[in-house]
Amino acid sequence: MKVAIIDYGSGNLRSAQKAFERAAREAGIDAVCDVTDKPEQVLAADRIVLPGVGAYADCRAGLDGVPGMVGALQEAVVEKARPFLGICVGMQLMAGRGLEKQVTDGLGWVPGDVVEMTPDNEDLKIPQIGWNTLDIRKPHPLLDGIETGPEGLHAYFVHSYHLRCEDEAQCIATTDYGGPVTAMVGRDNLVGTQFHPEKSQRLGLALITNFLRWNA
Amino acid sequence: MTLKVRIIPCLDVAGGRVVKGVNFVDLVDAGDPVEAAIAYDAAGADELTFLDITASSEGRDATFDMISRTAERCFMPLTVGGGVRTVADIRKLLLAGADKVSINTTAVNNPDFVAEAADKFGNQCIVVAIDAKQAVSEDGPDRWEIFTHGGRNATGIDAVEFARLVVEKGAGEILLTSMDRDGTKAGYNLPLTRAIADAVSVPVIASGGVGTLDHLVEGVKEGHASAVLAASIFHFGTHTIAEAKSHMLEAGIPVRIKI
Repeated sequence: MKVAIIDYGSGNLRSAQKAFERAAREAGIDAVCDVTDKPEQVLAADRIVLPGVGAYADCRAGLDGVPGMVGALQEAVVEKARPFLGICVGMQLMAGRGLEKQVTDGLGWVPGDVVEMTPDNEDLKIPQIGWNTLDIRKPHPLLDGIETGPEGLHAYFVHSYHLRCEDEAQCIATTDYGGPVTAMVGRDNLVGTQFHPEKSQRLGLALITNFLRWNA
Repeated sequence: MTLKVRIIPCLDVAGGRVVKGVNFVDLVDAGDPVEAAIAYDAAGADELTFLDITASSEGRDATFDMISRTAERCFMPLTVGGGVRTVADIRKLLLAGADKVSINTTAVNNPDFVAEAADKFGNQCIVVAIDAKQAVSEDGPDRWEIFTHGGRNATGIDAVEFARLVVEKGAGEILLTSMDRDGTKAGYNLPLTRAIADAVSVPVIASGGVGTLDHLVEGVKEGHASAVLAASIFHFGTHTIAEAKSHMLEAGIPVRIKI
């Protein structure tokens, strides 16, 4: 199996790559996980990962700055329906628009805006940084076998904005931070996590393994 | 449930080895950083912080190697600070495997660097490390002053005002160390911690002075910190991360028990 982790000048690519390699190794999955900025490698991949750390507009500009990458993504993910995982800002880029600092178009795969979090408790700090649990809105193969809910495993979040889905059926999981905050979105062969599976120890490695096994 | 309070072991490193200063002097070798990181990962630490106190460029290269070896083995968040002066420094640390970068002296000398870094890498990636010491005042209110260069240089800058300024510039988190307390085991400077935590909208990590598990509880309850950092009580085996977490849980603080 070929996994393409997209390099567009953003994100903790090495951590993501190492986490995918470890998950594959432990699950006995024969996977080559490459960090790449080559559109042809994305088109040839069986699984596509879009990581992302940074400001929304900067990340979008970075993605547009790789010649042919947005087109390759559209073709591989939308037309050829290859399993796709967006992480953090990579997940936010799946949205229609990002409203961080300015209005920026996303990829438009999951309709909705990426908006600032507005916790109902003013003592809560922004960004949300740290470990929180997941509340499932809709069962998803990537969460198979993972303990969720208040007594479940924790995921690592670092963010000030979240994706508010227009279609609530596309919100797979939320986390509680002064009200529900979108933690995971998806439809068809596309899925995105606001948290960082590559930094979420047991929960993260289990989710990545599920992604590698997912026949979307 | 809600966000959990983080317990963060801090590894002071020089030339790729862990050291721990008492009041930032008298360094004692506390072992290999990658092995320490793996042990903390398995023990349920919520994050790790590396503070690179290396002076030479050879030592700096050893640090990058240490970070990348750690990131290959530990799937938990890593913050790295020490000697960060340019956007290129930050990129290099992130590519090596850091998730957050902590900026100290450069932020004091040029607060606009915080804005530049946050615009480039996002606020969530930029931690400003503030080293503060009680200012001598006759009978006025408590006041704390910023120090740089590992606590050697006084700046005359007010710590609370500076914290507000860097958050305005885009710092996503403050790592606050009390210079008076660091290495003393006398507990966090709680009035300082609370003054800064209440002044800014971003999370504050309390640092400097932990000697007992009650100090961790105080940092959150009285200091209003979002996360608590400690070094020697963990490095020298006085307490485990699990002991720290159950102590905090008993005190009513939400922590991540199931790792």
